[in-house]
Amino acid sequence: MHERRDVLRYVPMGVFLGIVFTKGEVISWFRIQEMFRFQGFHMYGILGSAVAVAALATWLIKRRGMRTLDGQEIETKVKPSAGLNYRYWIGGSLFGLGWGLLGACPGPIYALIGNGLSVMFVALFAALAGAWAYGYFAPRLPHH
Amino acid sequence: MIETLSQPWPWWVAGPLIGLIVPLLLLAGSKKFGLSTSFRQICAAAAPGQIEYFRYDWKRGMWRLMLIFGIIGGAAIAATLLASPDPVVGISPATHADLEALGISDFKGMVPSEFISWSGLLTLPGFVMVVVGGFLVGFGARYADGCTSGHAISGLSTFQFSSLVAVLGFFAGGLVATHLLLPVLFGAW
Repeated sequence: MHERRDVLRYVPMGVFLGIVFTKGEVISWFRIQEMFRFQGFHMYGILGSAVAVAALATWLIKRRGMRTLDGQEIETKVKPSAGLNYRYWIGGSLFGLGWGLLGACPGPIYALIGNGLSVMFVALFAALAGAWAYGYFAPRLPHH
Repeated sequence: MIETLSQPWPWWVAGPLIGLIVPLLLLAGSKKFGLSTSFRQICAAAAPGQIEYFRYDWKRGMWRLMLIFGIIGGAAIAATLLASPDPVVGISPATHADLEALGISDFKGMVPSEFISWSGLLTLPGFVMVVVGGFLVGFGARYADGCTSGHAISGLSTFQFSSLVAVLGFFAGGLVATHLLLPVLFGAW
């Protein structure tokens, strides 16, 4: 299909995100520390307003029955929410430990590389090793 | 114009703009915002081994890798053409004081470069922050089936209970790292 050409439309969206991540200081280790010390509103304001805008826009898209650029139906339903499963709270807490130490979640890791911080390639490689280890141990980890 | 854009953007500008990526992705091709899946894709492309988790068609998520190429490029643009006149991020004085007490003295740039840098990897706090922190980000995000973008933004904006649980986990872990691990690490160094 025309799939190959279509994926190019995501590049400018990424450029937009990379600029906002950087100028909004979401990629700042110091901002993440400020957040986890409850000493500033910046990160809470960003996360809260992002969720509010995303929720409102998703609701509008659903309500209006909007379609994609290619005229396809938009699937806003997500897999049924399973709630208190082990994977969400154990996995989430481990992710949080890493987020608190590194001061960057996945998007900002990439954005920091774009900012010229080449040491973030080490963090990316470590994250890939972590993801690989998850895949390796997944059959033995509690999920449900 | 450029002068204004070069200043750090307040939360009420940056937050809504980040939120807009969710409808943009839906309209572009019914895609769901989530960046840590890229770790699974890269592992599947580079070293799937015999691991079932990595034996899937990672190319179907090519759009996400394109988004990430864009993020890297956009960040490079922001860091050069739109570089802030003041390299110090304006965190609260309380955080500044806490971090100084911890042992950080260089507040320029996006990370404490005494520790998060190539030479910083040779320090105990720097190694743990970058290598152990990075590992946990990758492991935890895949175990939890999402990171800040997938759970905190996509998940919460569609009222997923599982995402709320994951986000509470993110904060529990982050608080432990900030208030227990970092003081121990810097104290030992």
